[in-house]
Amino acid sequence: MRRIMVGVKRVVDYNVRVRVKPDNTGVVTEGVKMSLNPFDEIALEEALRIKERGLADEVLAVSIGPADTQQQLRTALAMGADRSILVQTDAVVPPLSLAKIFRQLIDKEQPFLVMLGKQAIDDDNGQTPQMLAALWDRPQAVSCSKIEIGDGKATVTREVDAGLEVLEVDLPAVLSVDLRLNEPRYVKLPDIMKAKKKPLDTMSLADFGVTEAPGFRTVRVDPPPQRSKGVMVKDVAELVDALKKKGLV
Amino acid sequence: MSKILIIAEHDGARLNPSTSKCVSCATKVAGAAVDVLVLAADGAAVASQAAAVAGVGKVLVADKPTNAEPIAAVLAPQAAKLAAGYTHVFGPSTTFGKDLMPRVAALLGVGQVSDIMAVDGPYTFKRPIYAGNAVATVEVPGDTVVVATVRVASFEAAGQGGGATIEKVDAGVPAPTHTRFVSRSGATSGRPDLQGAARVVAGGRALGSADGFKIIYSLADKMGAAVGASRAAVDAGYVPNDLQVGQTGKIIAPELYIAIGISGAIQHMTGIKDARTIVAINKDGEAPIFEAADIGLVGDLFTIVPELEKQLGG
Repeated sequence: MRRIMVGVKRVVDYNVRVRVKPDNTGVVTEGVKMSLNPFDEIALEEALRIKERGLADEVLAVSIGPADTQQQLRTALAMGADRSILVQTDAVVPPLSLAKIFRQLIDKEQPFLVMLGKQAIDDDNGQTPQMLAALWDRPQAVSCSKIEIGDGKATVTREVDAGLEVLEVDLPAVLSVDLRLNEPRYVKLPDIMKAKKKPLDTMSLADFGVTEAPGFRTVRVDPPPQRSKGVMVKDVAELVDALKKKGLV
Repeated sequence: MSKILIIAEHDGARLNPSTSKCVSCATKVAGAAVDVLVLAADGAAVASQAAAVAGVGKVLVADKPTNAEPIAAVLAPQAAKLAAGYTHVFGPSTTFGKDLMPRVAALLGVGQVSDIMAVDGPYTFKRPIYAGNAVATVEVPGDTVVVATVRVASFEAAGQGGGATIEKVDAGVPAPTHTRFVSRSGATSGRPDLQGAARVVAGGRALGSADGFKIIYSLADKMGAAVGASRAAVDAGYVPNDLQVGQTGKIIAPELYIAIGISGAIQHMTGIKDARTIVAINKDGEAPIFEAADIGLVGDLFTIVPELEKQLGG
């Protein structure tokens, strides 16, 4: 079975304007719309396209999070994932622990490709794919904008500061994906109905012997510093004057 | 006392300015000794540039033919090995460091602090979350190695005039062959580098086409500025991806940022929050960019931009 494992995370929807809680313990998530992390959605879409090209047999979506993450896994199944696993926990699991859980699932599921988003848009860590590749001692390609699967290897284009970088990696490998890789499909109603019958297995952190790592402690969360209000100018001459006054031109 | 190792970013010939920003961040850790590690095929030139950065005590150079390209799977085991004895290992939060550092952290069996924007203490740091819409203060247990990436826009480059010693090292770990460099392509425009430029002129979707974008290049050249773009302009194919400014592009902190025909989506604003002065030019007076702008001008950009270029000429 040629299997692709895709890591997906439940996050505050990207359209929500997040607010810091008044007691500075985090951001408000109660009553806020939650979604699949957009980068993970792109990873899933790419996995589905690889399968549709006949280069994979099964797409497995895996998430680690609270019970409500079932909603996001149902979305993943409706998009076309064949089955899914939820490692259920209410704890905030740090990236290294996430990588350790994925590592153990890899032993069991034997994927030839593991795909994730380049970062989750909540904590913005951008660590799990690279950490997983390190623990697995396999290639990593971060921020992929193009993926071509060959015989036992993949040619990937990565978005880097200098432009685009092309790497050839032996499989199995871990790929993290960037925005321009694809545009995820819309889920249709019949697919949502069908997804209800697809397997969604639930496991617990204890199944992996991964305890909540003491690790980092978030001491407090603050709103970002605000910029002071600017001025409006009425024409180019005023703009040039204002820039000259600030010594910028 | 803290001993900090910084993994140098370079292209084989030149030290990337991101490295001296990491040095600047490291020197904020009180009393820290700061060393720089250069992993290269032939790191002599880069090492001497690193040795000249003020605040650096020692430059370690690991020359290996397999270090010619910055492949994380090749560099990480060496960095992890050579990190022995250090309390902190820092790299820049550029695509180089974002790729490499988590792999180093995992090999060391520790977590990573991503995007340090401020140092509150040797084990306490501030970092942005939710695309910069919140700032988290995180504390790392004092008995673990701190692996971190440094948000380069948050720190000034360290000065010159240092006189660090240079030492050859060899981690003695084999290089994996499962990951191979094929090619790299980027715009070699001759303009200032977007990430380090003091002035940036950026255009958005309102430019309408690659042809329309020419007025942005022209104004930038007149001002000696780098050119940037919004994600919408990149996605529309007006400019290549390496010009993208924002959450998923480059995060920059120029003295002057001129946003032309950019509406100011949250994702874009994340990339320019640290700009000293933001100028917005847009035909829509209600565009969110004006909320963050220091100077705003409402009007037709195809009239304003050439006029601005002309008036700056005098």
